[in-house]
Amino acid sequence: MKLQQAQQGHEVPHPASAPIDKDKELAAVQRSLLQHADEPGALLPILHDVQDALGYIPAHTVPVIAEAQNLSRAEVHGVITYYHHFRAEPAGRHVIQICRAEACQSMGADALLAHAELRLGCSAHGTSKDGAFTLEPAFCLGLCASSPAMTLDDQPHARMTPRAFDALIAQDNNP
Amino acid sequence: MSTITVYVPRDSAALAAGADRVAQRIAKEATARGIMLELVRNGSRGMFWLEPLVEVNTPTGRIAYGPVTPDDVAGLFDAGFLTGGKHPLALGPTEDIPYLKKQERLTFARMGVTDPVSLTDYQAYEGFAGLRRALALAPEEIVQQVLDSGLRGRGGAAFPAGIKWKTVLGTAAAQKYIVCNADEGDSGTYSDRMTMEGDPFMLIEGMTIAGLATGATQGFIYVRSEYPHAIATLNEAIRIAEAAGFLGDNILRSGKRFSLAVRKGAGSYVCGEETALLESLEGKRGIVRAKPPLPAIEGLFGQPTLINNVITLASVPLILARGAAFYRDYGVGRSRGTLPMQLAGNIKYGGLVEKAFGVTLRELLYDYGGGSASGRPIKAVQVGGPLGAYLPESQWDLPLDYEAYAAVGGTVGHGGIVVHDDTADLSKLARYAMEFCALESCGKCTPCRIGSTRGVEVIDKIRADQNRVQQVILLRDLCDTMVHGSLCAMGGMTPFPVLSALDHFPQDFGLVVPDRKAA
Repeated sequence: MKLQQAQQGHEVPHPASAPIDKDKELAAVQRSLLQHADEPGALLPILHDVQDALGYIPAHTVPVIAEAQNLSRAEVHGVITYYHHFRAEPAGRHVIQICRAEACQSMGADALLAHAELRLGCSAHGTSKDGAFTLEPAFCLGLCASSPAMTLDDQPHARMTPRAFDALIAQDNNP
Repeated sequence: MSTITVYVPRDSAALAAGADRVAQRIAKEATARGIMLELVRNGSRGMFWLEPLVEVNTPTGRIAYGPVTPDDVAGLFDAGFLTGGKHPLALGPTEDIPYLKKQERLTFARMGVTDPVSLTDYQAYEGFAGLRRALALAPEEIVQQVLDSGLRGRGGAAFPAGIKWKTVLGTAAAQKYIVCNADEGDSGTYSDRMTMEGDPFMLIEGMTIAGLATGATQGFIYVRSEYPHAIATLNEAIRIAEAAGFLGDNILRSGKRFSLAVRKGAGSYVCGEETALLESLEGKRGIVRAKPPLPAIEGLFGQPTLINNVITLASVPLILARGAAFYRDYGVGRSRGTLPMQLAGNIKYGGLVEKAFGVTLRELLYDYGGGSASGRPIKAVQVGGPLGAYLPESQWDLPLDYEAYAAVGGTVGHGGIVVHDDTADLSKLARYAMEFCALESCGKCTPCRIGSTRGVEVIDKIRADQNRVQQVILLRDLCDTMVHGSLCAMGGMTPFPVLSALDHFPQDFGLVVPDRKAA
């Protein structure tokens, strides 16, 4: 059952090691292109759909998106690389965002990020060796009265300490 | 006998403190004890040190308990909290908590009181009264109300809202747009997020009124990707409003039309700048446009576009419902009405404080905030986000007012107040301001794109005492170029935190004598 889910799952981002099925990826892209066909300025919603479905925006889908949106590949590439949120490579199974902005800095965000880097064995923007966690710095999560703040797969966590971080990671580190 | 209602907030900051687990435990405990209760997931009251704040309605009003952990729940039931029983976490009637009682909540009047996606709740607390009034007025009359209220852009630029509205109304076009700037990227701010998560109909109503006033029939809410809960709540609220006829082709059977869609940002700070936001909505990189043309004349897809911040648009329903004079009577000087201020960072009682303009920072920091969270002396306060100045204690008695802050090289901005205690190194924070600008610059203007990187290098040299005196002169010169040579606030205001840090905390840069001449 678990295996089946993993095979079907467009919702599940590809772990870095899994084989990539380009046709399935293209099908997800086509679905979004069709849905936004008549919408002006739909490139961002399309890129969000693709990343939500596949976990990233694969390079081979860029020409397909460009053609459907009547844009050049360079324009689509430009948008993907301009925005911090979009990724051209698969992320780990879980994405952690640690806020680095001023309010969180005033409550020890730098130390929290340093701890996370040490604990996961990767630097900011990197992925832990086992492919479990991608670590991203964020610039404000809107939880500034409960600093330092972070998210784990979009779920917010506030008043973080290195110890609370370790507990959270241990709890979610199941593939 | 009425049902017992228990409130557990669904605001992100409450979720971050474990509100979901508390709600689940309350439901489970009630079932186990055979108690019927209605669990409402309200917005947050904005007292974040008390989250998760659980409330119970009793014949004498709502009683608060907090901060509640899942392990406290059984004890609360034992103590009879459903009838307002005594418990160590009991805070008494919610409305009597001094932090709330002393505020002047106009825009945030419903916040934490209602279920954010209940139309019944919304309308029980004056919801859609503004829209109903607007439907009876001519577009010019609606615009006049906004002009007369003195409302200025709450996103940070403080431009008179009514002028923008008037310009869009006066520009003829087949298609006009209302765009809500919900790209709340400033550190220390969360009032937009709270509004979208805790009172989304207020924003929907404000945008609909804006549509009626300007002749726009389509609206977009551009929400940053860091706010997934706000996006989900807005989408839910839009669906509900459409189904009930508050949005769509025939608003409250008036024959008037207005539709709304949520668009998700993608992690670019500069997209909070209105022209970069429009580029992003058009599916492009968020590069700042030169003005003119003004967005009000040539905005989204080249059409007249009214673009306002969340709080600006959310202030409008009340202005229409109670009249411009009611709103204008709050405030001081040219800063009319109230501002939802956000206490953040190293502060004991962090949270949302809505007050009329004119309140001082000292009142906010100590009467509300209770001093620093660390218990150490407060050293510097950054008001107005990452582009706002660091204010030393000598400036904490200024009235919070757009003009008074501008006079000292500061900005009220979006009302974010970030507190740093005496362990903060202001040269490090100045370096961060430049680093952030380098990371987030859209790249259009050279002073911003290159200047910010040079700024980091120069501050590094100052910190390392390499030709310190010359480097300080160079840094001031660079800041001058950025201020005068950048199209938007990103490059134009990054010098504010840098120079204020240098001017007021020279010792942090290794300077013995304050060097203020060039400021």
